[in-house]
Amino acid sequence: MHIDEAAPVGRMTQWRQRLSEAWDSDLAYSFRGSPMAMISALILLIVALTAILAPVIAVQNPYDLTQLFLDKAELPPIWVEGGEAPYLLGTDVQGRDVLSAILYGSRISLLIGFASVMASMAIGISVGLICGFAGGHVDNILMRVGDFVLSIPTLLVAILVSALFRELLPVNLRDSFAPLILMASIAITSWVQYARIVRASAMVEARKEYVLAAKILEVRTTRILLTHILPNVMTPVLVTATLNLGLAILAEATLSFLGVGMPVTQPSLGTLIRIGNQYFFSGSWWVVLFPAFQLGLIILAVNLLGDWLRDALNPKLQ
Amino acid sequence: MKSLTKLSLPGIGLAAALMLPLAAAATAAELRWGASRDIDSLDPYSYGSTFTISTLNHVYEGLVRYDDQLKIEPALATSWEDISPTVRRFHLRQGVKFHDGSAFNADDVLASLTRVSDPKSPLRGNLPAYQGAEKIDDYTVDIKVTENYPLILNDLTNILIFDKEWLVANNATAPTDVGAGIEGYATTHANGTGPFKVVSRKPDSETVFDVNKDWWDKPRHNIDRIVFTPISSPATAVAALLSGQIDYVEKAPLQDIPRLKQSPGIQVLAGNELRTVFFLFNRANKLMASDTGDKNPFNDAKVREALYRAIDIDVLQKKVMRGLSRNTGSMVAPAIPGYVPELDERQSYDPEKAKALLAEAGYKDGFSFTFVCDNNVYVNEEEICQAVSAMWSRIGLKPNLDTAPTSIQTVKFESGKFDVGILGWANEPMIDSYSILVQVAHSKTGTSGVFNWGGWKDAEVDALIDAAGKELDREKRLGLQSKALLKLKQNVDFLPLHQQPMAWALGPKVKSVVQLSDNKSRHWLTVLNK
Repeated sequence: MHIDEAAPVGRMTQWRQRLSEAWDSDLAYSFRGSPMAMISALILLIVALTAILAPVIAVQNPYDLTQLFLDKAELPPIWVEGGEAPYLLGTDVQGRDVLSAILYGSRISLLIGFASVMASMAIGISVGLICGFAGGHVDNILMRVGDFVLSIPTLLVAILVSALFRELLPVNLRDSFAPLILMASIAITSWVQYARIVRASAMVEARKEYVLAAKILEVRTTRILLTHILPNVMTPVLVTATLNLGLAILAEATLSFLGVGMPVTQPSLGTLIRIGNQYFFSGSWWVVLFPAFQLGLIILAVNLLGDWLRDALNPKLQ
Repeated sequence: MKSLTKLSLPGIGLAAALMLPLAAAATAAELRWGASRDIDSLDPYSYGSTFTISTLNHVYEGLVRYDDQLKIEPALATSWEDISPTVRRFHLRQGVKFHDGSAFNADDVLASLTRVSDPKSPLRGNLPAYQGAEKIDDYTVDIKVTENYPLILNDLTNILIFDKEWLVANNATAPTDVGAGIEGYATTHANGTGPFKVVSRKPDSETVFDVNKDWWDKPRHNIDRIVFTPISSPATAVAALLSGQIDYVEKAPLQDIPRLKQSPGIQVLAGNELRTVFFLFNRANKLMASDTGDKNPFNDAKVREALYRAIDIDVLQKKVMRGLSRNTGSMVAPAIPGYVPELDERQSYDPEKAKALLAEAGYKDGFSFTFVCDNNVYVNEEEICQAVSAMWSRIGLKPNLDTAPTSIQTVKFESGKFDVGILGWANEPMIDSYSILVQVAHSKTGTSGVFNWGGWKDAEVDALIDAAGKELDREKRLGLQSKALLKLKQNVDFLPLHQQPMAWALGPKVKSVVQLSDNKSRHWLTVLNK
């Protein structure tokens, strides 16, 4: 303990030690051995950074109507004849800079993707822990609810939920709540997977000696669930979450593409693709192609990373 | 087929569009119509939609009809005369047969007029001056209207005639109503006298019309069958036309016109239609959703003028409407009687003056309001509303744009749940400015002001319209109407934008069609290459 108190130098050493431990871990070793994982992580990092820094690097705020100039509408990318600075990837029919719209759109897509995965994870883990630990009627009822949710196609439920929420909200709040509605409608449809995984693992863990010991010591149930069982079921949950991130981003894009997602005044990638789709035949390919490419890139990177994580954490493959 | 499941939704629509007409491609003279939307019902009295009624006009006919110059000509009636200021006598065509073989006579006209003027009929507003009808003999009918009502013939072009025996036998004498969800036998079955008869109908998928060989008129068309397929995605419809899977599109996307014109064998017919698109204001005591509290800024003409002057119509015309719309300051197109050239001049685009006007009215920092638009009715409607929102934002206003399909927005308009809204008026089927004046501009009283969504009221305008409604002298009547239109313009009661363009695209199989400024498909005048 006294090393800790020996001021900054000691703390630095400790951090360095932790970092090197992490660097030497199985996971990091596997990461260093997989170029695919490294490339995917790099792509995601770049996408995430540019998305977060969008207000700084974008030449235009595409959500601010006063910055859209109709006379600059439908300019082609800068390397095509007729292109104009600073509109690097051209503009859409409202004079929205395609690159800025992609940066802001990726922000929304990533945000909704992450948030909905977090939310569905939170719901799924809670339900799974309760079911796995409590068993009996509670387990039966909650799991049948899950079966019910699974028996309806995800997208249909998401459309229904988001349409319902939209109608319930007053008009002036609708646009600002759109990301929240999307997040909720995706989370509501995708928690069951986590619940099933956690429930199965929790049932196994709940019968193990260390849990029995904790029970005998009269440790509170919530404490057993959160500090004893949860850490032991997290690995498969994390792998599923990574893979589901891609699905969630895709679900958001699909909903927006169908017109029940982000409004045209705050386009996400799906909305941009929907808008661009109408102008594809007229020769304005840049309005649809670049957002579609960005969406494809994000989902590919997330999926490759998820695949790698699944293999790296699978004890049977080691 | 497996790979189909991976296509996006419009992709599936495209695939369906590609496959459906192929199945029926055996018939030689077949017109495959890729429609922008489905008709609402097979019952022409079920909804006051120009598109539905004009499509059903292939099956059902009125007593009179517009010819290929938009002049009224005889149809099921051969001649008519004035008996008194309130009675018009119609002599009916003899020897006309309905599709089921029964003969057409005066009873059918009476039954149809009773059905369309029923208090529950959604189409009763299309016959505003109707007072009753009387059978004189089997082929003579007297129609009673309000005194000196000048436009009964125009109204009757769109009152399509049913067979009485058919209505009675199928328990269909009561009107149906698409808006209220009331259906009946006539919603799914049809029996008219027109040049085509309905063979089959699958709503939202396909409706097939076959030629009526026993039609009373000498056909100018040479079509054996029309296959009507709604394709709601414009890009999909263009793809289907380019690949030769459909022959006719009545709403070609403006942005695709250059591409279509370059394609071999494709003809594009574009022009300006009669419809004027304009914005309207809620004139209630306070706004629906705004930060202005208990005041309604739109009751101040200065504020309305500020919104008018903030619209850069030239760039809108160039970019959003692809140079194809006709900018206007008038509420009616030049072809509509009642139009005078001084109506057409717009207030100039002047954002600085607009800001000054707002400041003068006490809204220096602008205010927020709800801007309600449909996204599937008028040409490039959603893009117009977005672009205008941006222009209004630039003078400091904060419009909250709310776009959705018309089925959702109409309810908001009719219940006054909007601050600024959009409407397009073609003055159809009357083809007279009395239509917009009595249905839109007039205050809501009796059968007048059905579309007075914002509760505007100007006693002077009302008086002018009422006087025109009982003036038989055409010149005097049009003078009154022009005066009313000028008054609306002077008050900036509405913000006119343009007469919208129409664009039809024809595949190589179609030799000629007749396109009139009312933008209605009339395939009994269409000729195919054989």
